[in-house]
Amino acid sequence: MFLIQLEHPLHRFRTSSHKICLFYEKNCTMTHNPPLTPCFHCGLSVPEGLDIQVNINGNNEAMCCYGCQAVAQSIINSGMGDFYKFRTMRSQKAREVVPEFLQQLKAYDNPQVQKQFISEKSELTGDEQVREVSLILEGIVCAACIWLNEQHLNALPGVISANINYSNNRARVRWDNNRISLSEILESITRIGYLAHPYNPDRQQAVIEKEKKQQLRRIGIAAVLGMQIMILAVALYTGGWWGMEEPFRQLFRWVSLGVTVPLLLFASSPFFSAALRDLKNKRVGMDVPVALGIGIAFSASVLHTFQGSGEIYFDSVAMFTFFLLSARYFESGARKRTAEATEALLNLQPAIATKLIVDSDGGYDHQKQLNLSVAELAIGDYVLVRPGEHIPVDGTIIEGTSGINESLLTGESLPVIKTVNDSVIGGSTNTESPLVVKIDKIGDDTVLASIQRLLEEAQNRKPTIAKMADRLASKFVAIILLLAGGVAVYWYQTDPAHWVAITVATLVVTCPCALSLATPAAFTAASGQLAKLGLLPTSATALETLSRATDFVFDKTGTLTQGNIRLVKAVSLTDDDIEHHLHIAAALEAGSEHPVARSLIQAAGETTQVRPSIKVSQLDNKAGAGVHGVIEGTQWYLGNVNYIHQICAQSISSTLLAEHQISAMTLVALATETKIVAVFAFDDELREEASALIRKLKQQNKTITLMTGDNEASARRIASQVGIDNVYANMKPADKLARVQSMQQRGAIVAMTGDGINDAPVLAGADVSIAMGSGTQLAAAHADLILLSNHVEHLYAGYLISRRTLKIIRQNLSWAFGYNLLAIPAAATGHVDPWMAAIGMSASSLLVVLNALRLTRS
Amino acid sequence: MEALYLLIPLALLLVAIIVWIFLWAVKSDQFDDLEGPAHRIIMEDDDKVKEKTDNEPSDHK
Repeated sequence: MFLIQLEHPLHRFRTSSHKICLFYEKNCTMTHNPPLTPCFHCGLSVPEGLDIQVNINGNNEAMCCYGCQAVAQSIINSGMGDFYKFRTMRSQKAREVVPEFLQQLKAYDNPQVQKQFISEKSELTGDEQVREVSLILEGIVCAACIWLNEQHLNALPGVISANINYSNNRARVRWDNNRISLSEILESITRIGYLAHPYNPDRQQAVIEKEKKQQLRRIGIAAVLGMQIMILAVALYTGGWWGMEEPFRQLFRWVSLGVTVPLLLFASSPFFSAALRDLKNKRVGMDVPVALGIGIAFSASVLHTFQGSGEIYFDSVAMFTFFLLSARYFESGARKRTAEATEALLNLQPAIATKLIVDSDGGYDHQKQLNLSVAELAIGDYVLVRPGEHIPVDGTIIEGTSGINESLLTGESLPVIKTVNDSVIGGSTNTESPLVVKIDKIGDDTVLASIQRLLEEAQNRKPTIAKMADRLASKFVAIILLLAGGVAVYWYQTDPAHWVAITVATLVVTCPCALSLATPAAFTAASGQLAKLGLLPTSATALETLSRATDFVFDKTGTLTQGNIRLVKAVSLTDDDIEHHLHIAAALEAGSEHPVARSLIQAAGETTQVRPSIKVSQLDNKAGAGVHGVIEGTQWYLGNVNYIHQICAQSISSTLLAEHQISAMTLVALATETKIVAVFAFDDELREEASALIRKLKQQNKTITLMTGDNEASARRIASQVGIDNVYANMKPADKLARVQSMQQRGAIVAMTGDGINDAPVLAGADVSIAMGSGTQLAAAHADLILLSNHVEHLYAGYLISRRTLKIIRQNLSWAFGYNLLAIPAAATGHVDPWMAAIGMSASSLLVVLNALRLTRS
Repeated sequence: MEALYLLIPLALLLVAIIVWIFLWAVKSDQFDDLEGPAHRIIMEDDDKVKEKTDNEPSDHK
């Protein structure tokens, strides 16, 4: 039956000699096809022979898959076809909504789980049960997406309000729990092609928000009042030049004083409190000279105002304040963006487990289930872990056999087969069939917790490279203070009438402004550029260290490779073409979550476009070996080489392996009772850009090292593909850390890139660490930079930007120092008028900011 | 030049008003989302689909 179906459209494109068809080699997928129409929804090409369309705004538009079709249709059905008019970017490829996914969403209705991120709004009681949740939305590419989501959510019955913040893609949704449930809201977002995760906008977030507003108020007031003071100051300066009547001069002094007092009290207060804190801790940071400069300039000006003679420096006070506040605001903005992105990576998985309730006789019943949060589990509990779910804590398998994917913990890319009495590690994923696990360890005793401890230790021992700017600045500050003291003492003895003016001019002209702006301005500009690449730095130090890194260390699985295996080659050993065999294989594996099965099914779907309905009977799954089933009366076996050998007493010839270069890969064979008909080779596919990254880093004379928990053979293969010479395989987290530490002892500055839990300690121990955005939260939470785009080549661009940033910071600092070298002697000897000091100060600050802005040009 | 005795207080009054407006703007979340309104103004009027009308994107703190 499926043969007839297979005859259908795709055979048109088949070349005549197709006995052995190789596909999925890079760049050769479907090259024989004519140019394809792009999917109207996501822009990917529509596979040949697939004819699904959606009527959008009067035109029948082609869709590339059923996922996109469903999404587009539901957008149209809800009357929001305008979305396609407004959008400026293609949407992401839609996923088909599978029942398992909906089942997982249901967990969000559990009150125990909801407690973590939902606030009850009791003030609106009555019949309504109003709740509010914050959601992180995934898949937003342009403003129209936000419009669509808002409209869609607001149109749902039971949703009271839905607001989405354009700048951080966070939604706040209020709903009436009697009319709609949270899982229904999340599901409806999935239906239009986006993903929503509830998250907990914790108190820290609220504090940051409040602080940001306070900063904004300070800047605004410093700007408005500062301008007013400046107007008066310019009048006074020009008056000093051209002559001005004394009553007006005095009026201007008093008005300036009146305007400066609120500015000082409100806007400048952070500098004083920070300086006070520094002094208490017996440190000298940038705040001390700033506070001193502002304080002395203000006091002297007040004195002169009361005396009715002499210069006033209120304008310098205002300008100082405004410049420094702005620099700090932008710097903290860059940090906040990073923090938000990190938060988006956290809390994605609901920490929920399915506990099986134990009867009085000690047995358990699969039907008696209880959803609860992982924290509530106790030793000895039985939990049910379905395929695709994470194993919540360490335990022993009581029932079932399945492949466990431990790649996040070990770096091993293929699942490990585990059966009754085998121990499993919390955090790994169950891939094949349901398991009942008895809990052995919880909390601090788990493997995960021990890795966490290793990580903390590594972080404490992390080599600290002092910030260059801070190091220089604090020395500079000490020198200035000594100098100012010397100047004050000298002039007090030689010319008591002018000692205040000269001391103040010295402090003002030294311009702590340019110095303290030098680093933050460059960091802000650079992190804006980096954000465009999807690379988020957490501190200026991270950039500085990255630019000086001598050794780049990479993890394999998930970093240089995609982290999931794909069908790389398929070879037919009979006259039938490979697509035929692929469909049989896919049909046999249809129900499995095993990565091999998933990639087979995916490959079958992608290459032939029409899904033949193959009916498999007597399906029998032998975990860790293979599957067996009957199709149209024929016995089929699909499994690893050993399993197939047992069935039909045939092996795959080594010539075949050599011919197709698949000997080092994971092989699965399809066989009948008598012979092998096809061989499928799987591999954890290399990220496309990995080789380019390594090549470019090598050109910069960097030492590249690969460290993986995976076995030697696959590590070597990946290393030779991308061109890495130093390979360390079978590394445990502690081994990786020790290796990096020994490199550091040799004097290397190590940049580590990784994604898994097993990388977290070494990430913490490296001089600068880069975590993949797709990786685990533990890795991301302790990294210096996060690569959200997962596009590893951007790491190189990031490296170049970090180098340029450091160059700009150096230029800025040298300018600030050079300027001071000239200005300070002039001021100390009494040759600088206050207006000169003010202009010099502003000009040098402006120069520093403009120089930093050069970073924003690519 | 006596005009200054009038103009300076006027200027200060203006400054006070500007400061007050600014503080109000910060307080009412005007600076929370600097991109959104630019897009909303283009799209919001075009939706005839909504059954409900009570979804003004306002603060609900």
